[in-house]
Amino acid sequence: MATTVLEPTHAYASRRSVIVEWLTTVDHKKIGILYGASAFIFFLIGGLEALIIRTQLMKPDNTLVSPEMYNQLFTMHGTTMIFLAVMPLSAMFFNFFVPLLIGARDVAFPRLNAMSFWVFLLGGLFLNASFLLGAAPNGGWFGYAPLSSRQFAAGLNMDFWVIGLQILGIASLAAGVNFFTTILNMRAPGMTLMRMPMFVWTTLITQILVLLSFPVITVALIMLMADRTFGSSFFSWVGGGDPMLWQHLFWVFGHPEVYILILPAFGIISEILPVFSRKPLFGYSAMVFSSSFIAFLGFGVWSHHMFATGMGPLADSFFSLATMLIAIPTGVKIFNWIGTIWGGSLQLKTPFYFAVGFIAMFIIGGLSGVMHAVAPADLQQTDTYFVVAHFHYVLFGGSIFALTAGAYYWWPKMFGRLLDEGLGKVHFWLMLAGFNLTFFPMHFAGLLGMPRRIYTYPAGLGFELYNQMATAGAFLLGVSFLVFIWNVIKTWRSSERAPADPWGGATLEWAIPSPPQEFNFPTLITVHEKDPLWDMKRAAGVSRMPEPQLVSGKGIHMPGPSWWPLIVACGILIFFIGFMMKDPWAFPFRPVTILGFAITTFGIFKWAYEAPDAHAPQH
Amino acid sequence: MWLFSLTAPPSAGYPLAAKNLLVKFFTIDVTRSGEPQLMRFLRVARKRKLPLGLLAVLALVTLAGCTSGNHPQSTLAPKGDYAEMVDGLFMTTVYLATFVFIVVEGALLWAIFRFRGKPTDPDPEQSHGNTLVEIIWTVVPAVVLAIVAVPTVKTIFATAKVPTSSPDGKAPLKVEVIGHQWWWEFRYPELGITTANELHVPVGRTIDLRMKSFDVIHSFWIPQFAGKRDVFPNRETRLWFTAKTAGAYPGACAEFCGLQHGRMDFYLMADTPEAFAAWQSNRMADTMLAATGMPKPPPKPDTTAAAGGAKTPGAAVIPAPAAAPLGVADAQIAEGMKLFQTKGCIGCHTSSAMTPMKGMVGPNLSGIGSRRMIAAGWLPNSDENLKRWLHDPQAVKKGVGMIIPPLTDVEVNALVAYLRTKR
Repeated sequence: MATTVLEPTHAYASRRSVIVEWLTTVDHKKIGILYGASAFIFFLIGGLEALIIRTQLMKPDNTLVSPEMYNQLFTMHGTTMIFLAVMPLSAMFFNFFVPLLIGARDVAFPRLNAMSFWVFLLGGLFLNASFLLGAAPNGGWFGYAPLSSRQFAAGLNMDFWVIGLQILGIASLAAGVNFFTTILNMRAPGMTLMRMPMFVWTTLITQILVLLSFPVITVALIMLMADRTFGSSFFSWVGGGDPMLWQHLFWVFGHPEVYILILPAFGIISEILPVFSRKPLFGYSAMVFSSSFIAFLGFGVWSHHMFATGMGPLADSFFSLATMLIAIPTGVKIFNWIGTIWGGSLQLKTPFYFAVGFIAMFIIGGLSGVMHAVAPADLQQTDTYFVVAHFHYVLFGGSIFALTAGAYYWWPKMFGRLLDEGLGKVHFWLMLAGFNLTFFPMHFAGLLGMPRRIYTYPAGLGFELYNQMATAGAFLLGVSFLVFIWNVIKTWRSSERAPADPWGGATLEWAIPSPPQEFNFPTLITVHEKDPLWDMKRAAGVSRMPEPQLVSGKGIHMPGPSWWPLIVACGILIFFIGFMMKDPWAFPFRPVTILGFAITTFGIFKWAYEAPDAHAPQH
Repeated sequence: MWLFSLTAPPSAGYPLAAKNLLVKFFTIDVTRSGEPQLMRFLRVARKRKLPLGLLAVLALVTLAGCTSGNHPQSTLAPKGDYAEMVDGLFMTTVYLATFVFIVVEGALLWAIFRFRGKPTDPDPEQSHGNTLVEIIWTVVPAVVLAIVAVPTVKTIFATAKVPTSSPDGKAPLKVEVIGHQWWWEFRYPELGITTANELHVPVGRTIDLRMKSFDVIHSFWIPQFAGKRDVFPNRETRLWFTAKTAGAYPGACAEFCGLQHGRMDFYLMADTPEAFAAWQSNRMADTMLAATGMPKPPPKPDTTAAAGGAKTPGAAVIPAPAAAPLGVADAQIAEGMKLFQTKGCIGCHTSSAMTPMKGMVGPNLSGIGSRRMIAAGWLPNSDENLKRWLHDPQAVKKGVGMIIPPLTDVEVNALVAYLRTKR
């Protein structure tokens, strides 16, 4: 009887401690899972918004949603998918796998890492909370001035956007510093830069892009906030400002942002293809340099988003040619991926399906991208559904296919369970069919003259067929992700466990148990070659290393859990909520802002003086 | 045995010489059964109908949709010189992209088909790359892009400059475009005309657009005539085109501009020179009528076309209908005119095309009776729709700037009858 009394208490206690453990964790793997889970939920929310949009556009003159609701939906769909889904899903892989791939025990700044996540989560919740007030952002994810000014957007809608993006920017910048430092400083002995796995390379380049482009949008957002809240006129022509300034600042950030979304995908694909082709990545150094070149050029093409503004023939020509130039390193990457497959012994597993799907779809998005680089033609295509088709081919056909490939590939390492192959392939075919049915007809809708961001269209312009196809495809896409969720639930319930190295991996994460222990590597591995695990297998003369055993972590010092990252994140959120208050004259005395500032400062202070070994080594 | 081997066959060594590569490129690979790999690929591809069939259906549907049916807003059916230049350039990119698409996707599919392996197979040749191949596939795309780049820059410069003379030999016709949330205002400074949501132009005459916005950024777009051009509140942008065939062509705002961005359409009316002259003289007649307060006579089937601007009947002709006895319809029109002046309409609207400073807050109503659409180019201009609009514009187009006192059915009917005289 005593046990039956004790058990619930014990269960309660352990449940409580599990929650505390996740709230205070600084383990990069747990933070990675937190990123993944939150981002996937935001992804589903963004997908739901897309389904409502598609249902509204299913027929002409539809009245399912009001124009104000529609404008909120497409603004939040874009903002959510970019900042709350694709970026943090990439961050999930950065967090979980970069330390494993470089043979490190954690990131350079574990508590900063936790803070990045909590700031991201709170920022995402803050943005979505706007729906509860019926005031979700409604000015587009690009927030063009003067439509985003107080004069034309009086409500709280764009305040949520301006402030939400600033909060999210802090998360991205902190993570950028963290991973930049981690990759440069914490690689295992022998892992030179040119021996790093491609995913680590693209992560490094992505962080450089974040560190150089996010300050620009942060400055622009502060200026816009000043215009909206304190009556300055950076973007208001009445006070001597210029709305064009916003466009330049936004796209100086916005175009590198495109590569922030796609480079991690490039990295994931470059990890998966060699493993399932059983031969090394073709042209490793060409891949490194083409990625770097893409990132570099990414800062010199922003005005191709602005051809319609009439910048003049010289500027149009420059940005046209610079944009075309990007096609060269991008082509090199695609050819090298095909080169990797060529001559391999292809193991047709689900991750490989998605990786090949990525290449096939990304080629289409790349080709329509070159069409946009042709400025005069772009004047017909920009702001139409042709562009919507193009960027979904690179962001969904590109990033989401690659992230899904990564999920199937690394799932066993993260959770110790393999996802079901059969369901995985069903997921793939449904997603491929649904994706193409949704987005391919949009090319035609756009060429036939359908503008973007319209809440409905009149009958008689010939848009009906393409919109019906797109709507049907969107629901098929929705079903494909239900299959994925079912796959996760099914394999979660199963008692089967994945081995440490189910695919015959080339990189260090497959050398340790699935899921890895808190300290990752009991002893640091010395790297002698690219594809270090394949190198080790060759040296040992085996095709699989023996299954690694769980070991005691005695003597390994790991950073302890901490409440301060979460507290600082809450302080930052409260600080920014203060700027939602409308009366600028009350500014110096705003209690909310001051409270937020105080919590943040106090949290940073306590964080800085927290004892480093408050937490004893485990196991 | 290797079609285009990136990994050297065991005997060839690494890296491959250029000659070796070329030879291998043209060698036909044969399977163990003696069947060429390519034939086997096609045979299996035929057997696996699902993905290919899906693609074929998709391609057919889209092709069928594009070539048939009514697409008045299409960028693929240019009706003017500017759009034709752009369309030619666009089609160049389509052909090149299709070619690249087939080659690259073909190589990908082929590779997946050709190099399928079993888990029990020995490790394949561990190739790390090939510098020569890397150089080739850097240079080839660069050449393809150069083929696109040259006409691109040419067209950028050709379309940037407004021509100084029209195909019809006259100077281009200046039109000022002003974007408003959510309608379009058109002014003809040389003709002294202002109108809204319907841009009348003569065929064969180059149109020189100078564009601005009244509030936020919009984008002016008539797909069959020219690419988009944004309009800004603080600077003028330019665009030009020449219409080649007469007709009514829909246009739209292409830059998100707030609540009713989706309902900010307009029509380009490309008129024959005669029809344009008639339209022009009608605007003048409207102006006279607005000035003298007389309803317009029923349209006469002749003369105006040939008359042109100079010979427009003056004040001497106008009183004629007033001399005629007023019927029931005329009484309704007179009532409508009174309502137009007393119910606040004239605070924002004028039906005079030639006094642009008056009533410029709302769209100019000169010729409203014969416009194709109301509420900015999307709602057919039927009596029924006009009545709906006058009863409650917010219910038809929420957020629109029009404020109107509640009107009875009789009043609305009278207003509609009056507005119908503005042809």
